[in-house]
Amino acid sequence: MNLGNLSVGLSTYLLVGAMLFCLGLYGVFAKRNIIAILMSLELMLNAVNINFVAFNRFLWNQKIDIHYILTGNVAALFVIVVAAAEIAVGLALVITIYRNRHSTNVDEFDWLKW
Amino acid sequence: MGTIVFFIFAILAIAAAWGVVTSRNIVHSAFYLALSFSGVAVLYVLMNADFLAAVQLLVYTGAVSIMVVFAVMLTLRGEVSDSNPENRKWGWGAFISVLLFAVIALVVLTNPDWRILPSAWTSGGSAEDMSLLLLSQFMIPFEAAAVLLTVALAGAVILAKGVKENK
Repeated sequence: MNLGNLSVGLSTYLLVGAMLFCLGLYGVFAKRNIIAILMSLELMLNAVNINFVAFNRFLWNQKIDIHYILTGNVAALFVIVVAAAEIAVGLALVITIYRNRHSTNVDEFDWLKW
Repeated sequence: MGTIVFFIFAILAIAAAWGVVTSRNIVHSAFYLALSFSGVAVLYVLMNADFLAAVQLLVYTGAVSIMVVFAVMLTLRGEVSDSNPENRKWGWGAFISVLLFAVIALVVLTNPDWRILPSAWTSGGSAEDMSLLLLSQFMIPFEAAAVLLTVALAGAVILAKGVKENK
């Protein structure tokens, strides 16, 4: 398959990643529903993954040891693992809070405030 | 060919992410999220990370989005068409995000070191190639990730189900 020999450079991928990251950041700042905030967090982690894979794709050379060439991909894989764990625990917390408070609005989660 | 595919799916991923953060209906947001993850998976294929693309489709599109949809369905209250509102300070969030994007774009576009075109790729990105790394160089983090996933699974079950009080 020759799809990989494209002529889009590293900076284009970095711009796509930055765009996704900033959209996720906006979601974290602006949303009221806690599930929407978790979704925006996932968008941000995804953007970071794009950066890892893009740097791995474009900054390799054949001089380095063959066993280290995919290090960026492995880092992205670990980010995916952590993101999966985070969304599982986060959604469990959301369901618990909803059971106690009957709300998913973060503006009402202020019972630690004195 | 590759360029056209890249721009189609990059724009798809970004447009879907835009839909996630601007949609007023949180169910639509969840489905836009799945679309955005799928677009990113195609970008991985274009960067020769075949295994990561498969993992992205399985874990993100298959598991995370569906779990988000479940959580949305379990916690939905009131009118669904107004279930995902902005808070009062959204203007500040938009301002800071645009500012951050402008700074990153400035750095990326003015740094000549990063203006790299792809060279021919010879070292694969398949499961076999990555397992070589995962089971030799990164064995300790790999095992730690396994422990993390188990703990997260148990923790999520305990949090969501609740602990019965002993009498």
